[in-house]
Amino acid sequence: MTTRISRRFAALKEENRAALVTFTIAGDPDFEASLETLKGLPAAGADIIELGMPFTDPMADGPAIQKAAQRALRAGQTQRKTLEMVREFRRNDQDTPIVLMGYYNPIYRYGVGAFLKDAVDAGIDGLIVVDLPPEHDGELCLPAMNAGLDFIRLTTPTTDDKRLPRVLENTSGFIYYVSVAGVTGAQAPTPESVEQSITRIRAHTDLPIAVGFGIRSAEQAAAIGRFADAVVVGSALVQCIETADSPQAGTQAVHTLVRTLASALPPQR
Amino acid sequence: MSSATQHFSQGPDADGFFGDFGGRFVAETLMPLILELEEAWEWSRTDEAFRRELEGYQRDYIGRATPLYYAERLTEHLGGAKIYFKREDLNHTGAHKINNCIGQILLARKMGKKRIIAETGAGMHGVATATVAARFGMECVIYMGATDIERQQPNVFRMKLLGAEVIPVESGTGTLKDAMNEALRDWVTNVDSTFYLIGTVAGPHPYPAMVRDFQSVIGRETRAQILEKEGRLPDTLMACIGGGSNAMGLFHPMLDDESVHMIGVEAAGHGIETGEHAASLNGGEPGVLHGNRTFLLQSDDGQITDAHSVSAGLDYPGIGPEHAWLHTQKRVEYVSITDHEAIQAFKLCCELEGIIPALESAHSVAHLRKIAPDLPRDHLIVLNMSGRGDKDMASVANWLEQHGDTDKLPNTTVEAAEPGRIDDMQPPHDVAKKTGETE
Repeated sequence: MTTRISRRFAALKEENRAALVTFTIAGDPDFEASLETLKGLPAAGADIIELGMPFTDPMADGPAIQKAAQRALRAGQTQRKTLEMVREFRRNDQDTPIVLMGYYNPIYRYGVGAFLKDAVDAGIDGLIVVDLPPEHDGELCLPAMNAGLDFIRLTTPTTDDKRLPRVLENTSGFIYYVSVAGVTGAQAPTPESVEQSITRIRAHTDLPIAVGFGIRSAEQAAAIGRFADAVVVGSALVQCIETADSPQAGTQAVHTLVRTLASALPPQR
Repeated sequence: MSSATQHFSQGPDADGFFGDFGGRFVAETLMPLILELEEAWEWSRTDEAFRRELEGYQRDYIGRATPLYYAERLTEHLGGAKIYFKREDLNHTGAHKINNCIGQILLARKMGKKRIIAETGAGMHGVATATVAARFGMECVIYMGATDIERQQPNVFRMKLLGAEVIPVESGTGTLKDAMNEALRDWVTNVDSTFYLIGTVAGPHPYPAMVRDFQSVIGRETRAQILEKEGRLPDTLMACIGGGSNAMGLFHPMLDDESVHMIGVEAAGHGIETGEHAASLNGGEPGVLHGNRTFLLQSDDGQITDAHSVSAGLDYPGIGPEHAWLHTQKRVEYVSITDHEAIQAFKLCCELEGIIPALESAHSVAHLRKIAPDLPRDHLIVLNMSGRGDKDMASVANWLEQHGDTDKLPNTTVEAAEPGRIDDMQPPHDVAKKTGETE
């Protein structure tokens, strides 16, 4: 069975270019504006949409995404509203993959079975859960794969060759390479060191490899997009919302930056 | 997972679980380091040279063994059970926290780490961490909530004197949980050089078990001391619970002694019914935070809610996973005490025993007041006096003043809480600059 994610990567391979993966927090700065942002992302050039589930204690995120999560929670965002947002999006878009990213507790509290059912119904394609290492695959990863969702895992510079097979074992959709040991929005790594790491990971898997953390500009996206299968941009987009004069202006600013990033991605190899 | 035949003292399992609680819920960046730490901890449990080195520091640096003190006047006053205090307040740095810090810093050295980070609430763990970092010549960074920095100035000053950099955490509510988030962010960023010295029996495996092991010296000594003094084990052990490390240290060596009843005392703040409390077991639900599954204060949507306690040291929305398991197994009884009750017990302990308890420990003294009078005179209770209350002078004075309860207090005590007096304790400007503090 092909999934939206695998179909999208197959199509990009035909076009010979890397995917642009965008990250924003669901409900930031409020439900309506966040939904408008979401709806406009594919036209602006997002190939895959990563949607953050806001959490009070995002331990692996830097200040920009922490603040975005707080804005969303203050505006009343909940897990249910995040799924509702995706359901709304799916009314007009059946093709763009949507991956939910976040922390385990809100899913655990929702109830894993109920959450997976509602996520599939809403049109979610995959999950990235930061604080669930392969040691706890029984918690959510295996049930999610059984429910037909891709479970996308993070690998990092500290994941060595000995550990990599364990991390890749139950991963599907794509691999998310966290290019720096650090939090989101950190200093960008050099493209050369990232390329080396990607080459190392490719020796272990045929899955597409996305690179994220620290990529903010068209130039950086272009440099990483030469060899990675996908480039993830998050903090830079979230800051567009933070600095905008109004929620509507935030939506516009996100779409403008996405257009710039998308047009910068070069043909590959 | 636990089996029916498992003894209470034998957890956790290989994946770090006590029943359903515990585990290693952390970002991938940290996993290799946590596995490396687990190896070091496993090694330390059987290595004879490590044990001897640790015992040397416990004796000559911390000042162990701490006394088991018969609280005669409190016993007479309450008119029931015979009460002993395990005097962890007499440790170097004034609380049980140092037991764990010495153990972990020896492991950090073994692992070749040069930089120590820690989070602190009331500051006692921060002071103990800064102390051992100074002793072993390591760089030390302490994350502390901005709110806690306000209410625990003397400890902030101590940490700086000891050479630590104290970083105020403004995010969230500026308390312990936010400091822990920030420490975790530092750790993923500096994973190669840095050892994260967690201060309680929480966090990803092996921390809950490792901190418990280092704190178990409390219970081992207690066991031997009560046998010597009374010729038998205590009937009841009692300890306050924030994250739960002093309680776990006292309880663990006697968990399999069925005759010993154990009581953990949580902070009920303004009362559990008000929602403003820090009682994770009595007022929370199971969830996953800071690397472990445990009971947490949280909303129906899985968002972590703020804890409240007059004691900064108990102000945490979670609890160690081993306590969560002992709670569901009903091996330990978990009760809660309000701010008001804790303050009254604080005063009583000062007046009757000449011991100024930490506000944390005052919570267990408060529960003692409730149960001791109705127990027979041959009932032996050991209460863990987990720390001394010097750090809490301002909090107590403020509370008493706010509640118009200053009759018995000399003016000087109240003045100690006034901002002007506290400011006198700030380090001079150049020292502040040196330690990287922006004021």
